[in-house]
Amino acid sequence: MSPVTPLKEVADIINEEGGEALRLCYQCGTCTAACPWNRVRDFIVRRIMHQGQLGVTDFEDEAIWLCATCNNCVKLCPRGVEIIDIMRALRRVVTELGVAKVPDSLRLTIKNISGVGNPLGEPEDKRAEWAQDLEVKLYTEGTEILYFPCCIPEYDPSVQKVARATATILKKAGVDFGILGNRANCCGESVRKAGDEGVFQRLAQNNISTLTELGARKIIVSSPHCYHTFKNEYPALGGNFEVAHFTQYLLEIMKQGRLTLSKEINSKVAYHDPCYLGRHNDIYDEPREVLTSIPGLELVELPDHGENSLCCGGGGGRIWMETKSGQRFSDIRIEQALKLEADVLAVACPYCMLNFDDSVLTMDKGDVIKVRDIAELVAEAL
Amino acid sequence: MGNEPRIGVYVCHCGSNIAGTVDTEAVTEFARSLEAVALARNYVFMCSEPGQEIIRNDIREAGLNRIVVAACSPTMHEITFRRVLEEAGINPYLIEIANIREHCSWVTEDRDLATEKAKALLGAAVRRVYYHQPLEARRVPFTPATLVVGGGIAGIQAALEIADAGDKVYLVEKEPSIGGHMIQLDKTFPTLDCSSCILTPKMTRVGSHPSIELLSYSQVEEVSGYIGNFKVKIRKKARYVDAEKCNGCGLCQEKCPIKTPSEFDAALGKRKAIYTPFAQAVPNTPVIDTGHCTYFLKGKCRLCEQVCEREAINFAQQDEIVDLEIGSIIMATGFGVFDPTPISRYGYGRLDNVITSLEFERLVSSSGPTGGEITLKDGAAPQSVAIVHCVGSRDKNYHEYCSRVCCMYALKYAHLIKEKLGAEVYNYYIDMRCFGKGYEEFYERISGEGTIFIRGKVGEVTDQAVSDEEKGKLVVVAEDTLLGVLTRVPVDMVILCVALEPPPDAEAVARLFNISRSADGFFLEKHPKLDPVATTTDGVFVVGCAQGPKDIPDTVAQASAAAARVLALISQGEVEIEAATAIVDERICSGCQLCIPICPYSAISFDEEKLVSRVNEALCKGCGACVGGCPSDAISLSHFTNEQIMAQMEGMLA
Ligand SMILES: Cc1cc2nc3c(=O)[nH]c(=O)nc-3n(C[C@H](O)[C@H](O)[C@H](O)COP(=O)(O)OP(=O)(O)OC[C@H]3O[C@@H](n4cnc5c(N)ncnc54)[C@H](O)[C@@H]3O)c2cc1C
Ligand code: SF4
Ligand code: SF4
Repeated sequence: MSPVTPLKEVADIINEEGGEALRLCYQCGTCTAACPWNRVRDFIVRRIMHQGQLGVTDFEDEAIWLCATCNNCVKLCPRGVEIIDIMRALRRVVTELGVAKVPDSLRLTIKNISGVGNPLGEPEDKRAEWAQDLEVKLYTEGTEILYFPCCIPEYDPSVQKVARATATILKKAGVDFGILGNRANCCGESVRKAGDEGVFQRLAQNNISTLTELGARKIIVSSPHCYHTFKNEYPALGGNFEVAHFTQYLLEIMKQGRLTLSKEINSKVAYHDPCYLGRHNDIYDEPREVLTSIPGLELVELPDHGENSLCCGGGGGRIWMETKSGQRFSDIRIEQALKLEADVLAVACPYCMLNFDDSVLTMDKGDVIKVRDIAELVAEAL
Repeated sequence: MGNEPRIGVYVCHCGSNIAGTVDTEAVTEFARSLEAVALARNYVFMCSEPGQEIIRNDIREAGLNRIVVAACSPTMHEITFRRVLEEAGINPYLIEIANIREHCSWVTEDRDLATEKAKALLGAAVRRVYYHQPLEARRVPFTPATLVVGGGIAGIQAALEIADAGDKVYLVEKEPSIGGHMIQLDKTFPTLDCSSCILTPKMTRVGSHPSIELLSYSQVEEVSGYIGNFKVKIRKKARYVDAEKCNGCGLCQEKCPIKTPSEFDAALGKRKAIYTPFAQAVPNTPVIDTGHCTYFLKGKCRLCEQVCEREAINFAQQDEIVDLEIGSIIMATGFGVFDPTPISRYGYGRLDNVITSLEFERLVSSSGPTGGEITLKDGAAPQSVAIVHCVGSRDKNYHEYCSRVCCMYALKYAHLIKEKLGAEVYNYYIDMRCFGKGYEEFYERISGEGTIFIRGKVGEVTDQAVSDEEKGKLVVVAEDTLLGVLTRVPVDMVILCVALEPPPDAEAVARLFNISRSADGFFLEKHPKLDPVATTTDGVFVVGCAQGPKDIPDTVAQASAAAARVLALISQGEVEIEAATAIVDERICSGCQLCIPICPYSAISFDEEKLVSRVNEALCKGCGACVGGCPSDAISLSHFTNEQIMAQMEGMLA
């Protein structure tokens, strides 16, 4: 090994890109031990922190792109280092200064989002196709609820069932709601974590001005990632809306007696806490309460649950990057659910659904376990 | 003193502390323009001997009769400058300090703005001092008895040193016995002497010392008064055992049918409903725990009463209230230990054989529930043990500070485990902090015994095995940060080195004794370097872990230091108290008596003949509460008169 000299200039750039918290790191390694990557491969988070402190980061290394922003490490870091912000800062250095290559699939997705407002690169006017036969109205001023499904349930044929189930439930409960139709944009959460601040800012501004113009007050989302952005990131940009995850809203209307679940679902269901609902936003109980109010349903807990939930691997833009087989956290999760002999792995996030569906398929377990969104289960129990 | 005020103004540079930000020359020039200012100077260090001499000289030569020093906070040097005035022959209260350091140069970056602010502060001081009146400091007798609160090693040491000098000590301990945490420890680092062997002789001396009155199973309920003259009310909880009659035979404890977890054994062992916490308890009189005693819960039993030959059991005993007059107070209330349950990833409370350090102390102690055998829940001996440092310490999520003893007792554990079992020991550390005398040598010695050190904070303790080797074990997951690899180590037992934290009632206790706490929740010392055992309240001292985590050597050193401070006060025989007191203008007082309950020092009484309120100058602390409370504006506070305060405000805004 050749000797290393600290590069103050590089360290300064990382700081400017939002990595100041790095200075507090005292190299204890808790983050490494907390990070799910180390269940499947080496990912020495602490070393990345120290490289950043010294300005000797290897920007060519794929390690920069691994973090799934699951928040495990941040929750445990004894020095309060915002490790995800550091990872984001490193990615920004690559994206904005071009010091290395952005992974191909990620670059392509961001291009799609930047061009047509969704990661799949689908035309904007097809955004509301999922709702065509459901008679869902477009949101107009004065409507009680704005439903913001997220690009995946809107465009991805395998996840559209989630948006459809949600709309069905809302109608059944007599909720006055509307959608944005083709005026919606990707919320930008993952784009930002992937390091493209410019595209994020543009998406956010578009959404905020559309929502403000329409006088939206209460927004219901299907994706915890949208929830996170609306709740924690848009306010700093001037967008202040009341936002609830669909599971929260479900519980609310169930408690008001607007919705009763009468059909039994006699399944053993394991609930997977999404990182952005649980660790990022401390929502653990509502999804469980909704599930247990379904007659017949038996809820079981996965070994890593609640604040220690195992990430599906889809955050931080990872959903758009290739993960080698044998390194997918979602495979471990499915194994955990199988060990519990659960018939259903219940999810509350579109990314989780994509990843778990994929694992079930590649593991060839489709006949023993199904991945289902809580909205689907509730719609079935109506 | 001439009648017309002749004010001298002195602007201090404080090296570059003030002059670096404030234009001291401009401030001096400004002072010269103010009414009644006879002269103004600036100097590099006003508090230095030459600085003081300038003032003394000017007072004598230029006939100054009022002084303003624009310098650091009055808490630093007001006393110094008052003495200067006295030495130069004028009344020490004819001075005003303008704080242009803490209130100005240290908190203002812009030089022009800082200079303007310094002028405003100085202007205010000059106007105020114009109205100062000579006051006489008062001296009151100092009560030579001392109250020590808390009977751990800190309180024991302080009590013995004061009592050995022949002065009276009241030692209040809330538990049935003194001893604190130290009596729970097995061996103590770095010398590995047996804790109870070195502590019990001291405890016995406390119990029999003619100058110490031990109030165990007691709590302070009220504190009033001030240095030299505190009044305290103490509740002696009923033990239901007559201490005069009981000879400590222990028959009652043997016969009592009720068992409950023993606090002394960290709930690893059991005690009875009538109990002494441990064999060498001082006092050796048992107490009945009414929360568990069948007689108190259900009205039946009284077995202990039947077996006690000396008829010492007394179910009718009542709490007793003791009123004491005290000169000074030593706070030695110690620490609590952090409950690691919230760190769910460590599995405490969920996984068997994940235990805290205090539990391990009891497990390894020959007086403990296993007689000193280190065992797992199932009784087997562990073959491998992981010791996790910094649990709840050095962690923003819990306590940011370092608990200062864990690295060292972790080494002690490594030694004890090796010695007793020869088991594999893994120490997971972030930094080894072995800074005391003989500590680094201890570290070296334990390293030589073959303990494995892994530099990394543990991320998880799990029972989810990923290999056969891990089956049925506790797996400790941590990065070895020196190798840069993730390690998984299967062990039989995990010891969590839990943080030392303020006792749960620290806030209430601080309020009761009118002392402050630092951000970490421990009691605040007056000055971290130069006055480490005093508190912000005169006459109240703090020692041992009540002030912050520390080891036994440091605790004992502080206890001795506080004892010396108390003995110095006692030997002076009297104390000087605040000259500024409240005065009732009898012509205006309507006799409504509203002020009487307002006074926190009970200094106001009612003159039944003249039908007016009257302030007892010896008791008045000059807090001014009554001044604000009087609806007729009949009370004024010397040194804080309306005239002085209005002038100060006018000067500030001029
Ligand atoms: C697991 C562990 C191992 C340790 N090992 C060592 C070692 O090997 N060597 C070493 O040097 N140090 C060691 N220490 C540190 C040592 O325990 C402390 O330095 C020492 O106990 C401090 O004594 P203290 O009197 O200040 O506090 P404490 O021991 O906590 O005593 C305080 C006393 O005050 C009483 N009290 C509290 N509040 C009130 C109240 N309001 N009114 C009346 N009474 C009250 C308590 O009941 C207690 O008796 C260890 C600490 C721990 C946790
Ligand atoms: S957990 Fe925090 S302090 Fe520890 S190495 Fe990671 S970033 Fe640094
Ligand atoms: S946020 Fe999650 S994936 Fe990213 S470094 Fe931390 S633990 Fe690993």
